[in-house]
Amino acid sequence: MLLRRVVITGIGAVSPFGRGIDNLMDGLLAGRSGVVELPALAEIIGMRTRVAALVTGVDPMEIPRKFRRSMSSMSVFATLAAQDAVAMAGLAPEQLGSGRLGVSIGSTTGSPQTMEEFFREFNADHSLERMKSTLFFHIMNHSCASNVAQVLGVTGRVLAPAAACSTSTHAIGYGAEMIGLGKQEFMLCGGADEFHPLTSGTFDIINAASAAFNDTPHQTPRPFDVRRDGIVCGEGSGILLLESLDSALSRGAEILAEVTGFATNSDPGSIANPDTACIAQCMRLALADAGIEPGEVGYVNAHATATEQGDIAECAAIAEVFGADTPVSSLKGHLGHTMAASGALELAACVEMLRREVLVPTLNLDEVDPACAGVLHQREVAQRRVDTLIKNNFALGGVNSSIILRRYA
Amino acid sequence: MTEQEIVAKINSSLAEEFEYDLAAMTPETTLFEDMGLDSLDVVDLVIVLETAFSMKVREEEAIRKIRTLGDIHEFVIAKKRQLEGDR
Repeated sequence: MLLRRVVITGIGAVSPFGRGIDNLMDGLLAGRSGVVELPALAEIIGMRTRVAALVTGVDPMEIPRKFRRSMSSMSVFATLAAQDAVAMAGLAPEQLGSGRLGVSIGSTTGSPQTMEEFFREFNADHSLERMKSTLFFHIMNHSCASNVAQVLGVTGRVLAPAAACSTSTHAIGYGAEMIGLGKQEFMLCGGADEFHPLTSGTFDIINAASAAFNDTPHQTPRPFDVRRDGIVCGEGSGILLLESLDSALSRGAEILAEVTGFATNSDPGSIANPDTACIAQCMRLALADAGIEPGEVGYVNAHATATEQGDIAECAAIAEVFGADTPVSSLKGHLGHTMAASGALELAACVEMLRREVLVPTLNLDEVDPACAGVLHQREVAQRRVDTLIKNNFALGGVNSSIILRRYA
Repeated sequence: MTEQEIVAKINSSLAEEFEYDLAAMTPETTLFEDMGLDSLDVVDLVIVLETAFSMKVREEEAIRKIRTLGDIHEFVIAKKRQLEGDR
């Protein structure tokens, strides 16, 4: 249980639907897909997937060269999203540099694009003589967090959780705990990733990448569907500004939602395949952290990446904890799997679902896999007021995470 | 390569690398104050010059004394002449 109440007052979203939370919600509510065919992937020997969800509609040149020189694409996404979150929250420049604002932003790895460029040059003749000075700043594990802090002049804490697909849920959860403990007043929290063949290739190698819809990219991924065939990797950044309730009230800031619970646990049973009991335990820990019963949760935003192992295990866990009457959906059908950004981008959409009193369904869920039965799949956009929801993320490496959001009252 | 061509190549290369207005570049333009470069940029400036003129200058003592674009022009011209004389 958090010692101080923590609320969300700003949202930044850079997604395959463009920049901004309104573009994200427009795409989700219209049932659009951000997935496109990437013919270049066909050039890679052994790569079977040819689809990805890429960011559109951002201009890196908005960021002055002094800062941009140390940024790869993922840091550009994170910076633009962070600027938007700060603007929405109405934070003043003196608050950014007050020491009371911290940054908690992670990515799966440092920039894979920059790593590829380095090793392409390096392997040619083992020479460092052509390497630019800012190389390392692109590939640090905390590149996104540091770049955001530099641009915004943040003087508080900077941390960069790394837990693959659980990264930004971790970033938000740990940020909330810092505010809850009174260590920081504000935290910019979230994650970012850039698309690279390394990422989709990693899933392709373990037979977890979608390859059956290369010619019809909008039809994949297909969470919970009987024809689902794996993950579609994406890119982007979601950043939320978390703030103590007292601070938000004293500033007169608009409160978008409250973070009431966070939990994470480790599944040592397999480095790749999630376990139902472990997922259920993670969700129960989050409920306990929020001090609520399962019956108080009105919507589950599933991790559900459209893999056989993941979707089935998560559905069973949701059925076990919440029964068959709580609406469940995954946003991966629209956005693909934006990796370290997914938790924050999807939580940003969850905030808007609370505010707009609407539920976004799972895209491409045409026929529910019998193995994913037992929960109430949300299959169409529905006007529905929900007061409390839970958002899941599960990562390779056996790292589970769940966050509980509540309508502020 | 004439001295004019060398100067033009230096200016265009640095304008592109550092996103600086080519029309504002004169021999008096200072690297740190006018162009806003810092120690990281100077590392990249050397790489840009080495690439543009196919030469190694990183260890040259004279590089450390460079303050203006004019200093770079003189340095590169002298270096080019020296390399041509060595042939």
